[in-house]
Amino acid sequence: MILVFIEHKDCVLNKTSLEAITAAQSIRKDLGLQIAAVLPCDKDCALAHEIAGYDIAKVIVAKNEKLGTYTPDAYADAWERVIKATNPQYVVMSHTYQVRDFAPKVAARLGREVVGDCIRYKAEGGKLTLTRRIFLGKLDADVTIGGEAPYFITFQSGAFRGDAAEKGSAAVEVMDVTVGDIRMTPEAPFQEAKASVDLTKSEIIVAVGRGIKSQENIAIAQQLADVLGADLAASRPICDSEWLPIDRQIGSSGQTVAPKVYIALGISGAIQHIVGMKNAGTIVAVNKDAEAPIFDIADYGIVGDLFEAVPVMIEEIKKAKG
Amino acid sequence: MKIIVLMKQVANKDAVLRIAGDEKWINETDVAQQTNESDGYALEEALRTVEAKGGGEVIVCSLGPQSAKTVIKDALARGANRAIHVVVDDVRSLSAYQIAKALADAIRDENPDLVFTGLQSDDASYGQTGVILAELLGIPHATIVIEVDRGSLGDTLRVKRELESGWYQWFTYQLPALLTIQSGISQIRYASLKGIMSAKSKEIREVTPSVDAFASAAQIEKVYMPLKTKQTQILGGGDAKAGAVELVEKLRTEVRVL
Repeated sequence: MILVFIEHKDCVLNKTSLEAITAAQSIRKDLGLQIAAVLPCDKDCALAHEIAGYDIAKVIVAKNEKLGTYTPDAYADAWERVIKATNPQYVVMSHTYQVRDFAPKVAARLGREVVGDCIRYKAEGGKLTLTRRIFLGKLDADVTIGGEAPYFITFQSGAFRGDAAEKGSAAVEVMDVTVGDIRMTPEAPFQEAKASVDLTKSEIIVAVGRGIKSQENIAIAQQLADVLGADLAASRPICDSEWLPIDRQIGSSGQTVAPKVYIALGISGAIQHIVGMKNAGTIVAVNKDAEAPIFDIADYGIVGDLFEAVPVMIEEIKKAKG
Repeated sequence: MKIIVLMKQVANKDAVLRIAGDEKWINETDVAQQTNESDGYALEEALRTVEAKGGGEVIVCSLGPQSAKTVIKDALARGANRAIHVVVDDVRSLSAYQIAKALADAIRDENPDLVFTGLQSDDASYGQTGVILAELLGIPHATIVIEVDRGSLGDTLRVKRELESGWYQWFTYQLPALLTIQSGISQIRYASLKGIMSAKSKEIREVTPSVDAFASAAQIEKVYMPLKTKQTQILGGGDAKAGAVELVEKLRTEVRVL
């Protein structure tokens, strides 16, 4: 059995969970296991029937009144019960912020750890070898898991395609689970000062990273954006330093974009940034470090000083535009 | 108020990494080291929390080889009161669970009110040591904390967690609790000269952990350069200005955005 976590808020699906279904379906082909989707909820979750429309064996609604709003304590207890009742070989989840919060706790309680943020796997001799990025994306590591099942695996957002999840028809089962004391009280989630800049609509984006070195230097990137008719964006460290406002941030904690052209200036390409822009049509990277991970996903690369390259780009674009 | 801050020494962000001979890690001998970025923010938040409370103790705890003393001394210079060094020469031989277990054994008797750590390390990036540690200590945890409501600090503490896509959520935690801190939560202070001088007389207690075998450990089989998913055209051959000219030509003729 492979258990797949379905993440939701008030019975509204987090679509990243469909990627986990696709991943589980792929593992099923390799290892010949059945799939059950697990939905923690405080009611007979309305989402269960939507998930039952995928090609899996069953949907388990793990039900308890304390599972209405996410807390790590409640989710850990619910998962412990479901795992003990179903004895899965694998537990597969998408590597979301919520999963990062509770999955290691569940695993630790069962004397396991999570192989987290995997980008792919291969099956050999009935076991999986997982690949994950280390050193901020500079290197890949192939990882195996020792000991007895269950094995906990989380996949990076985008490692599998959610729209590739095969459709089918599954049974829905409600499992009443016991949940102990909850030691944290959640308030309602909120969006901070709604993004005034919607970069998801941008055709061209010029993004700056730590290589820009100072706030004053952002002007040169702005000039490039201006001549291109592009929007200016940034990686997290730039917004953390308040050189650009947070609504310009691209990446897992900022906006996810897919412009026609993405020009990354002095951005090394940490995973957290790449997940926010890797679907851009054409990616240009300017970085003085030839080994920066951004070059792995770039279509065009300039290995060199952005302060030399950008003024020339601005002049050449002006010429080209006449 | 007693806060323990977990800090790790990792390879410098800008270091050029060479894969070790056994292809299971990097060759660390010539690599510049630094404090893990988010751990630096965890220390800053702990110092500010104790200052707001008007008293207390910040204890830095690092698991690593003797070179991790650099991280510890830097933290003491910034204002931590004392340190626990869990001495492990070969950190990469330990899995996330084993690291968390060794840390739990080292700090359990301190009975801290709070444990702060960065949200993940910039080398192995397990992102789970803090969460496992909280489970082993039997205390609640919050990950990816982006704000601590210091005014709320009493038997409980209110913290703001970062969710995805610009969403946030406040939680109130019973103490003791463990928080993993997001980078950028505040501006990190510099060590003052006075801090650097006084750090020399601060206690650093060394602990040698007894680490049990852990059957369920994730094992790194092989480390390698990421497989390229795209054919990258490198323009200018190392000459940034020539590359810029070529790039604009490509944008005009191949990408057709000009």
